[in-house]
Amino acid sequence: MAIKKIERKPLTLAEKSYLPQIASGLKITLKNIFRPTVTLQYPEERPEIPEGYRGVPTLVKDPNGREKCVSCQLCEFVCPPKAIRITPGELDEESENAHVEKGPKEFEVNMLRCIYCGFCQEVCPEEAIWLQDTFSVSGYTREELVYKKDKLYELGGTLPDDHHKWDKKKAAENSGNPH
Amino acid sequence: MSEEQKDDGLISVFIDDEEVRCKPGTNLVDLVASVGQEIPHYCYHPKLSVSGNCRMCLIELGMPGRDRATGEPMLNEDGTPKIMFFPNPAIACGTKAGPGMHVRTKSEMVKKCREGVMEFLLINHPLDCPICDQAGECKLQEFATDYGKGYSRFVEQKVVKPKRTVLGPRVMLDDERCVLCSRCIRFSKEIANDDVLGFVDRGSYSTLTCYPGKQLENNYSLNTVDICPVGALTSRDFRFKMRVWFLKETPSICTESSVGVNTLVASREGKIYRITPRRNDDVNDTWMPDSGRMLYKEVEADNRLSEGGNIEQVPAYLESDKLAYVGSAKASVEELYLLNRLSRATKSVANYVVGRTQEGDELLISNDVNPNTRGALSVGFIESLPGAELSELGAKIDSGDVDTLVVYNEDLTAAGISVEQLAKVKIVYFGTASNATSEAAELVIPTQSVFEKEGTFINQQFRLQKFLEATPGPAGVAEDLVSFSRLLNHIEPDTGKLETAEAVWSELSKEVSMFDGITFGGLSPEGVQLDGSAFKHLPFCEGKTLHYEPAVETVEAEA
Repeated sequence: MAIKKIERKPLTLAEKSYLPQIASGLKITLKNIFRPTVTLQYPEERPEIPEGYRGVPTLVKDPNGREKCVSCQLCEFVCPPKAIRITPGELDEESENAHVEKGPKEFEVNMLRCIYCGFCQEVCPEEAIWLQDTFSVSGYTREELVYKKDKLYELGGTLPDDHHKWDKKKAAENSGNPH
Repeated sequence: MSEEQKDDGLISVFIDDEEVRCKPGTNLVDLVASVGQEIPHYCYHPKLSVSGNCRMCLIELGMPGRDRATGEPMLNEDGTPKIMFFPNPAIACGTKAGPGMHVRTKSEMVKKCREGVMEFLLINHPLDCPICDQAGECKLQEFATDYGKGYSRFVEQKVVKPKRTVLGPRVMLDDERCVLCSRCIRFSKEIANDDVLGFVDRGSYSTLTCYPGKQLENNYSLNTVDICPVGALTSRDFRFKMRVWFLKETPSICTESSVGVNTLVASREGKIYRITPRRNDDVNDTWMPDSGRMLYKEVEADNRLSEGGNIEQVPAYLESDKLAYVGSAKASVEELYLLNRLSRATKSVANYVVGRTQEGDELLISNDVNPNTRGALSVGFIESLPGAELSELGAKIDSGDVDTLVVYNEDLTAAGISVEQLAKVKIVYFGTASNATSEAAELVIPTQSVFEKEGTFINQQFRLQKFLEATPGPAGVAEDLVSFSRLLNHIEPDTGKLETAEAVWSELSKEVSMFDGITFGGLSPEGVQLDGSAFKHLPFCEGKTLHYEPAVETVEAEA
């Protein structure tokens, strides 16, 4: 490839003295001194998390305390890094939620694998898995960072269920067959 | 109409104006399927009687018109025959192909019919796909995506029906999901001859139920789960274990008996979750016995062998000149062939196979428990039918004619050899499970189960059928063909490597005239019918089963 030589222009007197550059730099500094601060003293100060932020995936319960997950395994299927692992199981026939029939025996989210894409939340037909605002995950061992069911519920807490799908189902079952 | 019938006996039917040639009387659902299209249906099943109650397969039907007065064909202006379509739709499953018939499967009217039927079916359906085991292989789900509305106009309360009903030891029923197709009822009545299911009540309250005091407990009950188009009938073994979209299905052959039922082994990440039948119209149609579906549990059984000796230790035992082989008619054709080569290459006194018989059910369980008795005969490992007792081998052990045994996957104590006799000989045991023989053996080599390897069996019809590897074997377990091939190479260094079924077949097809021209890769999933006339004289124990009639000579020989 041909080499193109460019003549470097000689510096002017103003440039050689550096004074205009220093002045313009000081101008920016002075302007920012009187502006409000945007830096946070992390971790003592925490940022405000906007709505729709995708932090740690968590499992939630409905207002009755029923675990919403029915272990349909769609999140496990959709998870791109294969971070989710569910062991499905049948709910005890004696339990209050026996009409739901199915629930997770074990639910693991490997936080070392999770990429916070939110597909699990999007695909969940029961609105049981939510990415919440926790964003800093740490642990001393790898095992500790595979979040188990109890940890996921602890992080998730209770979220209101607008549909009451299973409550309606139970009410219908109790009222019985009009036949 | 007769002028339409041509020499080959086929007739012309026009599906959406495309001409299709078929046998007269072909069911329209099957005919449309044969040209790669689909008429949605729930109640129709190719192996059951037609009941025509789901109404999902509605189509428009027409015939070339004829003038009522003259009987002359009516023509369009361009001279083509004028097709007179019936004003109302007809069910495709209840219609048989006739000459000149015109079928519309995609017209606006047909689409509206299907949408209407779907809406009615979904009125009382619980829509609990997230917890339903059928999700992913559910016809209602599939057709709802094609013809469903996406929302419900039904504001009244859905009919409540029994859920979690135990129909039998293996089948669970959820009546709310049932679309009343009656496939299970027809199966129980027509195929399983155990007419225990039926509908009670009327209209939307119709409920599938079992006859009071009875259970759906015949050995074919799980087929009702397979043919259920929705999740109403579920297998209690597979229930809530795994979603079907994770499962990888591998074609395999059931080892339960010499029928050789074609199966699909569904596994995920090396763990088998269920076995379902694979359609083969010459062997098992679309059915399989429940007992065969449970065989996968052997893979993770407590007595499964996964640790043992090394194949390098075996040749020392093969040097004995009082060596006998006990193969197994549960082994594949390839393994028996290599074992036979090994037996010829060493100073073998004799080869034995343990015969096992039972009372078959005249449907898909034959009298011969071994799946590959004919394979052992075909490769020449044995000359005559195996007996249940190895008394000859026992006598040879007692007389000292045999001092070393190579046993493949058989428990000799179950075949009339006592533990004392086993103690008299050195035993090399190849096998999947531990038993009295493996405990008496000096060297135990763990082997793969039928789900962990590939190979072929020859069933009672002399049909060669192949099975493929569904899951990897336990860590440290050598592949059987590799083990045998290495032993053979040790004794006969000139022999090529026969470590895969493909390689073994390249030799087998040359050596055995029956297998002429067959390659393992080229073997179709339905198998190939062999000429078994060379073994016609043998009194095989099988009686009549679904697609098998015993040869007349055999019956006489038994009598």
